[in-house]
Amino acid sequence: MNRFAELLDRLAYEPGRNNKLRLMTDYFRLTSDPERGWALAALTGSLTFTHAKAGLIRSLIAERTDPVLFELSYDYVGDLSETVALMWPTHFPSPLVGEGREGGSEDRGKASTNVRHLTTPTPNPSPQGGGELSLTTVIETLTTLGKAQLPQQLARWLDALDETGRWALIKLVTGGLRIGVSARLAKAAVAALADEDAQEIELIWPGLAPPYRELFAWLEGRTKKPASADPAPFRPPMLAHALDDADLQNLNASEFMAEWKWDGIRVQAVAGHHDNKHGGHLIGRLYSRTGEDISKSFPDLLDALRLPGAIDGELLIMRDRRVQSFNVLQQRLNRKTVTPKLLAEFPAHLRAYDLLANGDEDLRGVPFAERRARLEDFVARLGDQRVDLSPMVGFASWDALTAARKDPVAAGADAAAVEGVMLKRRDAPYLPGRPKGPWWKWKRDPFIIDAVLMYAQRGHGKRSSFYSDYTFGVWKNGEAGDELVPVGKAYFGFTDEELLQIDRFVRRNTTERFGPVREVVHDADQGLVLEVAFEGLQRSTRHKSGLAMRFPRINRLRWDKPPGEADRLERLETMIARIEQGQERAP
Amino acid sequence: MRPEDILVPTPAGVCCKRGGFHIDPTRPVERALITHAHSDHARTGHGAVLATQETLDLMRLRYGENFAGSTQAVRYGESITLDGATVTFHPAGHVLGSAQIAVMANGLRVVASGDYKNVGDPTCAPFELVPCDVFITEATFGLPVFRHSDADAEIAKLLHSVALFAERAHLIGAYSLGKAQRVIALLRQAGYHAPVYLHGAMESITYYYANRGIALGELRPVRGTTKPELAGTVTLCPPSALKEVWTRRFPEPLTAFASGWMRVRARARQYGVELPLVISDHADWNGLTATIAATGAGEIWVTHGQEDALVHWCGTRGLKARPLDIVGYGDEEDGDGANDGGEEQ
Repeated sequence: MNRFAELLDRLAYEPGRNNKLRLMTDYFRLTSDPERGWALAALTGSLTFTHAKAGLIRSLIAERTDPVLFELSYDYVGDLSETVALMWPTHFPSPLVGEGREGGSEDRGKASTNVRHLTTPTPNPSPQGGGELSLTTVIETLTTLGKAQLPQQLARWLDALDETGRWALIKLVTGGLRIGVSARLAKAAVAALADEDAQEIELIWPGLAPPYRELFAWLEGRTKKPASADPAPFRPPMLAHALDDADLQNLNASEFMAEWKWDGIRVQAVAGHHDNKHGGHLIGRLYSRTGEDISKSFPDLLDALRLPGAIDGELLIMRDRRVQSFNVLQQRLNRKTVTPKLLAEFPAHLRAYDLLANGDEDLRGVPFAERRARLEDFVARLGDQRVDLSPMVGFASWDALTAARKDPVAAGADAAAVEGVMLKRRDAPYLPGRPKGPWWKWKRDPFIIDAVLMYAQRGHGKRSSFYSDYTFGVWKNGEAGDELVPVGKAYFGFTDEELLQIDRFVRRNTTERFGPVREVVHDADQGLVLEVAFEGLQRSTRHKSGLAMRFPRINRLRWDKPPGEADRLERLETMIARIEQGQERAP
Repeated sequence: MRPEDILVPTPAGVCCKRGGFHIDPTRPVERALITHAHSDHARTGHGAVLATQETLDLMRLRYGENFAGSTQAVRYGESITLDGATVTFHPAGHVLGSAQIAVMANGLRVVASGDYKNVGDPTCAPFELVPCDVFITEATFGLPVFRHSDADAEIAKLLHSVALFAERAHLIGAYSLGKAQRVIALLRQAGYHAPVYLHGAMESITYYYANRGIALGELRPVRGTTKPELAGTVTLCPPSALKEVWTRRFPEPLTAFASGWMRVRARARQYGVELPLVISDHADWNGLTATIAATGAGEIWVTHGQEDALVHWCGTRGLKARPLDIVGYGDEEDGDGANDGGEEQ
């Protein structure tokens, strides 16, 4: 448990993806079975015991501490679990504390020696008198423990652990580690034990169960690769390169087909027969682009996968036969529990781009034009209104396609949900990864605004001394005239040289400091204007401005522009209103 | 006789009227007794200063020759009579030369402990328990959530990181008097023998420690090194330097901070460090309460930090306790490391 707790502790403070990977890989390398397997299960969210409630933790601490000291501590720390982890009483010898307190001056001669021996805490008692409490023990016990025994058991474990151990245990039993590690990242860390790709783990993952002994055995070269027993496996997706106008000159329009690029999330919907081809029941799965199984979040779509095969498509929300914007989809994605109300308000829909398998037949080697024909047939046979075809965009020349991209409504699409167009070579097979040439994504132009830099935060690692994360704002009417309201945060899009320039600006124009964050000068005459590009806008109650941007990045530094001439909130509000009405983009 | 007839809190610090002196005064006075050389306790401009030799030396290093009108060195345990009071200095275990000051008159003894810790530290004399009637204690970490880890375990965490991220430079923010030298000494005890690099602000004090015979191994200034040669090294710097452009000379710096504040996650995040090390030169909650109890004092005065909780605790143990509300302590040191040394050097 201690090792696992240390790992979580390090991960919680480590901001860099690669460093997180290294910390996890190092842990998996140095930890033996089955301990590391349970750790992997915890990191990938694959544990199934019932979680303890915060109220239980609170009552445990209330029984053990002075209420005034608890309140003062909680007030200082600000987090219940952490307060409990830190102030949980450990067995601490205090012979001079309590009833038999010796008087002052009379006893002066007695205790002139060093006080150290009185105050060195005893080592934490081990759980059963010997051996350290393991993560394995904790998880195995939690899986079988009755609800009534939980408080006592938990208290015994908390007695046996140190501060970090208690913190990790409380996180584990209350569910949700929240240390910035996705299941995908944890799998990538395991894969790195043997220079394997995370994709390989993903492919065999559905056939594996904690504590994953056969997975580690394979990665350490002790056994052969576990078979993918999965009747509905994920297939590595094919991705497109971004197209700019110059590329178009070198492409031959007659070799390509075009379709809309929908603004949802790319998914793979797979169904296959369990056990044997005809007797077993059909298993359906929905995967994200990275191969994470997201079936649980979309039971409404899973029902529709009634034919064995694999569709590559876009997950969208459809209302009254109209595709909803990404904003609407995100409202469903953000919910943890899937309620009937959520299903009714945000009905999931699959718009099919491609067919990777039809029954047992692998179609990935077949040219796109033929796969498209097979897809049309497959979707027709499925005959479910929750699954439809992504329509092709007919064009005779690049000019015609350029016009369609500019005005998708006129070309028959739901503009609110169109991100651009996709170009696919008629003769291209389905190749995993991002091969250059067969597929191009031609996105619509981003939204652009001029905003004013308000706060800057220091980065980490290579950027550790640079103020590289920027909060920017636009003007709005305030009580005392115009004021800036923050509308977004961006930490990429600039060159190394520009980063140096902004950093210098931040250091020379700091008005206040909050930990790693600096407020920089931002009034009508002084400050830095940033040209910010972004892909979309949505309403948000979490932001003061009521808006949130999608993929904001720094497009250009406008040293030439006085902050007073930056954009106003009204402009963003107009943009969002137009998006919501499904109109063409704001100018 | 009341304890207030011996020592009385004033805006300038605790004052002994019978002896005509102040202890750790926060503004210039005629005669000052200094517990240790941290700048919130040891200030310049006093007429006469009485302190341990190390404290006087360290003050001289920080403030220059003329930091006081006159100075007098005192040994631990040596008894000195100042007008109507007798004073003795006893090790406080906080930093090199740190002392508790016991003031005695008419058979009543008051101990002003300054800052102290009751755990081992290879860079200074161990804390000595001085039984007394009134104990004046700090309360920097006076909340039960502060129970410092074993410093050796924190050093092991650091060394594991140094091994795992061998191509990066580890920068450890640590207060430049005491903490930095303790971290280096602990690294040496843990078997780390590579040269340890020093920020310019660390040099003179660290060399002073080394000259006093504390085993710090090979020390090198960061000044004059190249980026590639700093890969895989450990450097000590003031906490504020972690956010300075100074760190750009290091290859992919990994920032650590050695402080008792690192115990609380929100605090550690505020500093934006990747590797918090819970190493403190102050007594933790258990240390404070055990020490208070062990002195046998019936009355406790609490000078600075989280006074409320400690005063409350004393009440539950039947001890008379009160906060002293002296403004000016805990402003430097790791009471608030962010103020250490100015940012843009």
